[in-house]
Amino acid sequence: MVKEIMSGNEAIARGAWEAGCSFAAAYPGTPSTEIIENLSAIKEVSSRWANNEKTALEMAIGASIGGLRSLAAMKHVGLNVAADPLCAVGYTGVNAGLVVVTADDPGCHSSQNEQDNRLYARLAKLALVEPSDSQECKDFVKAAFEISERFDIPVLFRVTTRICHSKGLVALEQPGEIPVKPYQRNTKKYCMLPAMARVRHAFREESLKELEDYANSCPLNKIEWAGDRKLGIVTSGISYQYAKEVFGDSASILKLALTNPMPRALITEFCSAVDKIYVIEEGEPFIENTVRSLGFACIGKAKVPILGELNAQIVRTALVGPTEQGGYSVDLQAPPRPPVLCAGCPHRGFFFSLQKNKKQIVAMGDIGCYSLGVGEPFGGFDISTCMGAGISGTIGLAKALEMQGDPRKVLGMVGDSTFFHSGLTSLIDVIHADANVIACVLDNSITAMTGHQVNAGSSKDVQGNEVSAIDLVAIIRALGVPDERLRVVDPLDLKAVQEAFNAAIAVKGPFVIVTKRPCALIKEVARANAGKHCQVDPGKCVGCKACTLIACPAMAFKDNKALVADPASCTACGLCMQMCKFDAISRVGE
Amino acid sequence: MTTNILLVGVGGQGTILMSKVLTAGLAQMGYDFKMSEIHGMSQRGGTVTTQIRYGDKVYSPSIGEEEADVIVSFEKVEALRVLPFLKKGGSMVTDEHEIYSMPVLTGKAEYPSNALEALADAVENFTIVPARAKAVELGNVRVQNICLLGALVKVLKLEAVDWNALLADFVPEKALAINQQAFAAGYAMLK
Repeated sequence: MVKEIMSGNEAIARGAWEAGCSFAAAYPGTPSTEIIENLSAIKEVSSRWANNEKTALEMAIGASIGGLRSLAAMKHVGLNVAADPLCAVGYTGVNAGLVVVTADDPGCHSSQNEQDNRLYARLAKLALVEPSDSQECKDFVKAAFEISERFDIPVLFRVTTRICHSKGLVALEQPGEIPVKPYQRNTKKYCMLPAMARVRHAFREESLKELEDYANSCPLNKIEWAGDRKLGIVTSGISYQYAKEVFGDSASILKLALTNPMPRALITEFCSAVDKIYVIEEGEPFIENTVRSLGFACIGKAKVPILGELNAQIVRTALVGPTEQGGYSVDLQAPPRPPVLCAGCPHRGFFFSLQKNKKQIVAMGDIGCYSLGVGEPFGGFDISTCMGAGISGTIGLAKALEMQGDPRKVLGMVGDSTFFHSGLTSLIDVIHADANVIACVLDNSITAMTGHQVNAGSSKDVQGNEVSAIDLVAIIRALGVPDERLRVVDPLDLKAVQEAFNAAIAVKGPFVIVTKRPCALIKEVARANAGKHCQVDPGKCVGCKACTLIACPAMAFKDNKALVADPASCTACGLCMQMCKFDAISRVGE
Repeated sequence: MTTNILLVGVGGQGTILMSKVLTAGLAQMGYDFKMSEIHGMSQRGGTVTTQIRYGDKVYSPSIGEEEADVIVSFEKVEALRVLPFLKKGGSMVTDEHEIYSMPVLTGKAEYPSNALEALADAVENFTIVPARAKAVELGNVRVQNICLLGALVKVLKLEAVDWNALLADFVPEKALAINQQAFAAGYAMLK
């Protein structure tokens, strides 16, 4: 059998392909992004980057009802955006199988919270499948499509960062024929008007009972008996691996993977047979509450942290006690190394200018590379909540500042991808409310933070097809923003950015600034800049440090002189040149 | 018996390619393994760590404090940062290359001048491998990672794999020779 080294995300894509999935949609979000990136490489699978998670899921629902096995993928907070269709499709069910992948992020490696999306399966009445490694990612996606069709139910496929981004060997199978189920009109099933929804709710409650019978006996949920039955562990997902690492074969384990509906008979059988029960799970006491509701005392969140990501050591310390392995320490601190705006990043010019206007502006941020502008030295914004909130939040904040006599103007920002995701509806609110705010769209022509995915502003889709690029400035104009309240500027032109801020501060009511410059890491941009960099003439440099105020990682200051310490990463963007009053910096390699 | 390896560097230094080649070699040797590379925001100039565990059967993909058998660091203070992960008696290999983080560049934090001395004092099995300098000397700074791979292969005695042949699967043909030279140089730098 062919084995390949695969991450969880690669394995999910492979499993979907092997299962005959032919439609996939997603909005990029760490740690889920690579699922679509890998699926899009398979030409038989029609893959799309959607504008947001809601439209991604709705596309997949349409394809499923139409007869194609379909998959939607998103990060955990993305499922909040998609919660509306998710809860409706829980009632309608499917025609061809529908799998919704939620990639949760315990530990907040790159997210604003640690929400445990297993709870969505109960809320929306979906089947829930939790793999524990790459092999199971592949195998269980195939099982999930089967379950979806057999029980007429969407499957929530829940993975976590550690599973998405860990690699292991995966035994491959060959993809079969791509199944296409005939589409049939069925308004009683697919039109969720009140009369139909009531009936479908009843259907779903019945189908969940049947699915629970299946969960009690299906191979996804299994007991691994140890020699004696003193200790029993109930676990799922990555936590199973930690349990095995700590307890090996010394404890009996109920390994759960189909966890909504909970296999209560199986849990009862297991828990009745062991003396002591540990429940090991990351996040919420999702399994633990079921174990307790069945009348079994157990140790779970009382000892296993609800916060952050688990690992074997945390589980061991919580349930067995600390080990005296021994290690090393030295009396020296490594300086912090927070992520920063890259050399040549167009956002740098925007944030440098914004900071200079801090006395007159209170700023709200959003989710994207520009989140990094919050750090030193720019302190670029005060508030960051979720995608789109960087624009709509300004309406309320501006009103609050007005009522307390604070004369500062509120500014909000989103990137181009976030604008298409949910910033557009927020901007409509700003314009319609005639809010006294500055709305900024930082357009770098790509969804950068997640690794350069195309978006609605791109002229090619994820599979390389020519598509209609959406002109976001034209959209903004179409909202009725007049030319005198709109500036489109190059963020690396500090003078132009300042003039835009001046114009925005001078008027009352909505003002829109669009900064336009592609991300320096886009392949074509990087290629065009290859070999170009800035250079400091040490004879002219007086050591005033003005150029270091832009916080460019390619610059350094040594022996009282500035220097471009990393010319390979410098793109010759010229921001440092604009800072220098002594004409000491020049571009070379052009 | 599971062996735990921790690679640490700064975004863009090539830790991921190094771990890809390494795990391909481990697969050839018939080991079970898991590799965990958490990325996302850390790509933007932050610290990047990769964890590799191999043995007969590996469950957890991650390594806790005082659990690493070998640490390979691509940058001097990153070695300092991950020292708490090294197991007593474990080996540490680090490049002496310095990359200043933003707090250092803006004067908010200091880059320690005596990190290597402090580490050498504390850790019995400590080796400085000037892989970045070697890569520059060879003519391509990007082969620093493969130079460090050579050193790691020596530490772990993984000579059963034809690493020179394996490299051909991962680097373009025109860069193969220089990668092989970097590997040999790294291997030779360890006692």
